[in-house]
Amino acid sequence: MSEPVISIHGLKTQFGSHVVHKDLDLDVMRGETLGVIGPSGCGKSVLLNQIAGLLTPAEGRIEVFGENVTGMNPARNRDIKGRWAVMFQDGALFSNLTVRENVMAPMKEHTDLSFALMRDLSEFKIRLAGLSDEAANKRPSELSGGMRKRAALARALALDPELLFLDEPTAGLDPITAGRFDSLIRELSKTLGLTVFLVTHDLDTLRSTCDRIAVLGDKRVKHIGTVQEVAKVDDPWIAEYFGGPRGRAVVD
Amino acid sequence: MTAYDVSEDGTETVLAIRGDWTIDTIGRLEREMERLGLGKKSVHVDVTQLNKIDTAGAFFLQQLIADGDETSREPVRLIGEHSQAATVFRLVVENAEAPTILDDDRFTLIGFLAQIGEAGVEFGKEAIDTLGFIGRSAATTVRLLFTPHKIRWTSVFSVMEEAGLNATPIVVFLSFFVGMVIAFIGATILQQTVGATVFTIDLVGWSVLREFGVILTGILLAGRTNSSFTAQIGSMKMRQEIDAMRTLGLDPIEVLVVPRIIAMMLMTPFLTFAATIAGIFGGLFVSWVALDISPILFLTRMQEMIPIRNFWVGMSKAPVIALIVAIISCRQGLLVQGDVQSLGKATTASVVHAIFLIIVADAVFAMLYLELDI
Repeated sequence: MSEPVISIHGLKTQFGSHVVHKDLDLDVMRGETLGVIGPSGCGKSVLLNQIAGLLTPAEGRIEVFGENVTGMNPARNRDIKGRWAVMFQDGALFSNLTVRENVMAPMKEHTDLSFALMRDLSEFKIRLAGLSDEAANKRPSELSGGMRKRAALARALALDPELLFLDEPTAGLDPITAGRFDSLIRELSKTLGLTVFLVTHDLDTLRSTCDRIAVLGDKRVKHIGTVQEVAKVDDPWIAEYFGGPRGRAVVD
Repeated sequence: MTAYDVSEDGTETVLAIRGDWTIDTIGRLEREMERLGLGKKSVHVDVTQLNKIDTAGAFFLQQLIADGDETSREPVRLIGEHSQAATVFRLVVENAEAPTILDDDRFTLIGFLAQIGEAGVEFGKEAIDTLGFIGRSAATTVRLLFTPHKIRWTSVFSVMEEAGLNATPIVVFLSFFVGMVIAFIGATILQQTVGATVFTIDLVGWSVLREFGVILTGILLAGRTNSSFTAQIGSMKMRQEIDAMRTLGLDPIEVLVVPRIIAMMLMTPFLTFAATIAGIFGGLFVSWVALDISPILFLTRMQEMIPIRNFWVGMSKAPVIALIVAIISCRQGLLVQGDVQSLGKATTASVVHAIFLIIVADAVFAMLYLELDI
């Protein structure tokens, strides 16, 4: 918990005349799971995309593993990208590949393992993500929503990343599956020492997986701290968020 | 630095691993270590000098030492202290299972024959389904023509603009140039064989009126409109918009297919007409510039020598082409499944089938009119 894995300073994001973030600062420490919450449209996913290098911010500096990722040269970029992985909201699996091929795709690109080891390893990752072996031979379109999320997690874990970005990992899952997913993420982050950057709306996910949560609002990080700390903050949006019938159970 | 040492201690073997054992480093050691035959020995792993290990490294070692022995669900025995090694090995063992590689028989003879058989059956089904689709589309269109207020006129006009009006310039250009080419070639050959370039007018008139105007339009529509319709409907299918329509009580044929059929039926004759006129002007232009046949002479000779029925022969094919384009493209669009590959396949099939059918239809027309002496 000493050094920051992600550190953002003075970030400004702008789409046309619409300013999404202004003077946003945020540090994510090694080994922690940080949940990002905020009202719809406050730029949670935009922030994730910027850290992951899919969007370039208008101003400011984003450092991942101590390197500036904004405007980084592509070769260097590739080195760093092997160390992080993104799990997108709807999986974003390659639809013309089977689940196993999806998990193998980053391995083929970035490692020199033999085909047999890659295949075995990818099946291990698929099981690790909680999918059965039959699912490995299916295409994403043949899977249910929950299975797709698991397959996406398996692909994200393919290269044993140090940093994992999760965009709404439990959205659209039933409570049982979502609960299992939460404990899976928790277990993986603890055993593998992962740093997890998580965007979510799910209060249970916040409680069960996150070490700290960051609340976005007014174009910046309004509050950051443990669930209990943030819940006590005097802020109308936070009061409504945690004070509602869904939120109370989490804080108690 | 990734390295290892193997030392024998009586019946026990100690594998001392040093440096990083991660997905990036194990690839180099894979072949070499498989030859050690560790699976047959009782192995301890010394992790005292291990720096970093991830699940890939642990999985590799576990597999190597257990050597496919599914009964052993025990993590490898470790010597020494390491912050992660024990938990990572436990994680690997907990998720270890008999590898159930499903047989892939695609590359055997039986598999090959099965594939041929499946393709044949698929073709038959496809033909029947296409016929069924044509029937349903036609029935729906005719039914809606009796209740015109139910036709989605907005989308009819939008398709007319997009697939008809916007296609006019390219159709006109293409046809104009083809008319020019026919005139050039005709003039050259006629000059050599008959010695009279004036017959170029007959050649341009007959070919453009009967064939080129309408066929060029058809092929252009097949490339331009088929791909766009199939991609539109196909991506709607992929995003479950078609399913949503069905649950809302909307008939996709009524909403998507009929407007396209009507729009194409209205616009294809117009495009054919434009193409025919442009083709004739292409011929006229070449005759005038290169052959010294004045436009007056060209047009007068056309009126005298070429019966008007040739024009109607050409135009009569336009509605058929419209039907082929609209129905094939919608049909292929609705066949798209959830994956991207099927969208590409459907779009290709749509264009290829349409061009094929247009040419077949043209051949049928040619034979028919020949027999009828038109």
